[in-house]
Amino acid sequence: MAIKQEKQDREKRTCLYERHIAEGAFMAPFANFCMPIQYKNIQLEHLAVRHKCGLFDVSHMGQLRVTGKEALHFLQYISCNIIKSGASEGTYFHILTEQGTIIDDAIAFCLSLEEFLVVVNAACVDEDFAWFQKQASAFNVTVTNESSQWSMIALQGPTAVEIADKILPGVIDLPRFHIKEIELFGAQGYVTRTGYTGEDGVEIMLPNGQIEALWNALLKLGVKPCGLGARDVLRLEAGYLLNGADADQTKTPYEANCGWVVKLTKENFIGKSALEAKKAAGFTTKLRAFKLKNPGVPREGCKVFYQGTETGTLTSGTFSPLFKGIAVGYASSAIPVGAEVEIEIHGRKVPAEVVKTPFYKNRV
Amino acid sequence: MYNEQNCRFLKTHEWAFVEGENAVVGISNHAQEEISDIVFVDLPKVGRVVKAGENCCVIESVKSASEIYAPVSGEIVAVNDALNADPALVNREPHAGGWLFKIKMADPAEVNALLDFAAYNATIGK
Repeated sequence: MAIKQEKQDREKRTCLYERHIAEGAFMAPFANFCMPIQYKNIQLEHLAVRHKCGLFDVSHMGQLRVTGKEALHFLQYISCNIIKSGASEGTYFHILTEQGTIIDDAIAFCLSLEEFLVVVNAACVDEDFAWFQKQASAFNVTVTNESSQWSMIALQGPTAVEIADKILPGVIDLPRFHIKEIELFGAQGYVTRTGYTGEDGVEIMLPNGQIEALWNALLKLGVKPCGLGARDVLRLEAGYLLNGADADQTKTPYEANCGWVVKLTKENFIGKSALEAKKAAGFTTKLRAFKLKNPGVPREGCKVFYQGTETGTLTSGTFSPLFKGIAVGYASSAIPVGAEVEIEIHGRKVPAEVVKTPFYKNRV
Repeated sequence: MYNEQNCRFLKTHEWAFVEGENAVVGISNHAQEEISDIVFVDLPKVGRVVKAGENCCVIESVKSASEIYAPVSGEIVAVNDALNADPALVNREPHAGGWLFKIKMADPAEVNALLDFAAYNATIGK
């Protein structure tokens, strides 16, 4: 067997890099950053989040600030979803090309009618920023890329908000998908009631200089640090997309199983006419979800067969401590839920059931 | 009975222990630590004939899939069925209950080309 030795030198480091090394984390490249994949054990980290609470460094995520008289109009034009404009409300949305395909998925938080904070994926920061700037010329807005100034942690799990409340009194009353300005360790930052694990929790943004104090304070409260390995299992169980794997500029939100983020009733937005035409024509393939019936671990790139014929390829797959082998991939939209397919893993065809997402749904 | 000290190794972390005309095959303690929690072992079929160095088994951990190479040539004459129900046995007992398969050796002299424990440890910086 070959043990992979990951290179660590060319990637960017978050401000918590030294903390991860001190905790003995296994580090590997993710979205141009050297990130902790696991500290001690992926399964225990996954279960900590499902049963109690886990702490993630998500400083690689990007922050774009949109300010100006037409900030809301601009975002409505950029987003296929209706951006909520109530005080401190957040909206999950997709940034689309003119062809209606997915550049990135993101959350826009309303700080005021003239100021929004948009949190985007690490791998897409530069492209998103360039796209925003290009579109911004037609609006009275300014877009600033603040990604390098902010560090960010995610505290996730059934006890996460309770624990966050010890450091940020009152956060327990922050509604889901809302943002609040905070002052912590002498600096201004933000807390949001969001996450990408399928559990309740918060994400906290602080200037780079203050993040280590927050990280240490949370560890002192007994929180377990968790790596991206556990995070990937958690998000897949929750049925969330990994942009770049499950979605890219060849797929529309409809195909990516995210039709709900498209609001064709909106007056206008980038990609609208293309989506109307594509929706009318119908889609032959869609992101489908699979649960293995026999032991094995389905992974990205495995071929999917239905009634003996190849129907698609997995874009994400993993071993879930809750559900064993689970995966998603683009395959024929005609295959009914409940049908049996075969997934080819190392030359061996393993039976799997076509299921609905999410695999996991909690009380939130 | 075999243990770490009396097994012979491939640089790629498989070990072999000669038991009469068969070689018992597994992975090293270092390897199981590196690949972490093992959740599935795709064992070869009994009766399959393999060449030394041939990929003949896959170990799936929560982190990755690892191909296992045959340390010697011959016929697979037994596989460790206990791993179907309890793949993590490879993590707990890499040099005992976590063996993978047995090869009836075509050429027992091939074992001499494998590393001893000290030489293997040197390759992993121990």
